[in-house]
Amino acid sequence: MKYVATFLVLFGVYVLLAGIVVQELILGAVISLALTFIIAKYVNYEIDNKLPYRILVFVFLYLPVFLWQLVLANFSVARRVLSIKIPLNPGIVKIETDLEGDFGKLLLANSITLTPGTLSIDIDGKNLYVHTIDVKGKTPEENKEDISGLFERLIGVIFK
Amino acid sequence: MIDILNIVVFSLVGLGLFFAVIRLIIGPTVADRAVSLDTFNVIVIGTIALLSHLYQNSLYLDIAIVYAILAFLETIVFARYLEGRHGDC
Amino acid sequence: MEIVSYVFMIIGGFFYLLGGLGVLRMPDVFDRIQAGTKATTLGAFSVLLGIGILNPEWLFKALLIIIFIALSNPIGSSVLAKAAYKSSAKPNNLVQDDLKDSLGGEDNVN
Repeated sequence: MKYVATFLVLFGVYVLLAGIVVQELILGAVISLALTFIIAKYVNYEIDNKLPYRILVFVFLYLPVFLWQLVLANFSVARRVLSIKIPLNPGIVKIETDLEGDFGKLLLANSITLTPGTLSIDIDGKNLYVHTIDVKGKTPEENKEDISGLFERLIGVIFK
Repeated sequence: MIDILNIVVFSLVGLGLFFAVIRLIIGPTVADRAVSLDTFNVIVIGTIALLSHLYQNSLYLDIAIVYAILAFLETIVFARYLEGRHGDC
Repeated sequence: MEIVSYVFMIIGGFFYLLGGLGVLRMPDVFDRIQAGTKATTLGAFSVLLGIGILNPEWLFKALLIIIFIALSNPIGSSVLAKAAYKSSAKPNNLVQDDLKDSLGGEDNVN
């Protein structure tokens, strides 16, 4: 199962790059097959029968929220950059995440980086260190809800 | 009309590159320079893609892909260098 | 179709400009990283999408670059932020710093 998934991803990337021509398809299949056997031992994700459901949630729930937050983030950056005196109240706060698995954490960290006013710096175990331009909450729980609550719930649906 | 729009797009991107280069030159610390180089690289990816549209040649998009991969590696290497000998690479 | 794609490209160019300006104007390293990463990520999305719409046969290649940038740009900026923190280029205007304890402990172990 792992091999099939790796092969499909590699082959898909090859076809997207090369276009749909018969010779390219054959060459791409051969190269993807060879690469699959080389890199499959470094691949450690699991595939179960809930995968279509996860992909649906990812595309129709996560992506729209993510893109909307990205646009909001850019307008907040624009407001800060274009104002005469830049409003700042920066700090590095610690956030605990309940997500399991590397890929979920990666997605959470990337989402935090691309949402308004926050930048994830470091992760160790369950703790995520986030730099925020504007520290709002007083307690760790408030900070967590403010910074990562929305995405934590969304990604929790996908990777739980 | 199309010419004017092209000029507008390229001048916006060029100004972005210009500001990033100013920070690259005056940046007080090495970290500032690495940050501005990262920004510069992402802007250059967009510029290469715009060139592919300007010359109607899809080869430029392949160059943009390779440049994106190299830019990512470059950022990682700079970060490793900044960290000193802390890391394991 | 042309109008839509040029609107995307001009928005993208505008955010690229904002990214450069943010890197220039922000007062310390982390704010520069934030402004640069966010603005250039959306700028790249928008420019590449505009090009993909205008030339539909390139759309898949443009989407591939978009996916790659969406994955690599935040990771690069996180790594850079951590390196900047460790290289003691950190600003002294932070109102709160939870990372200090963690990294201090790590240094003692090493």
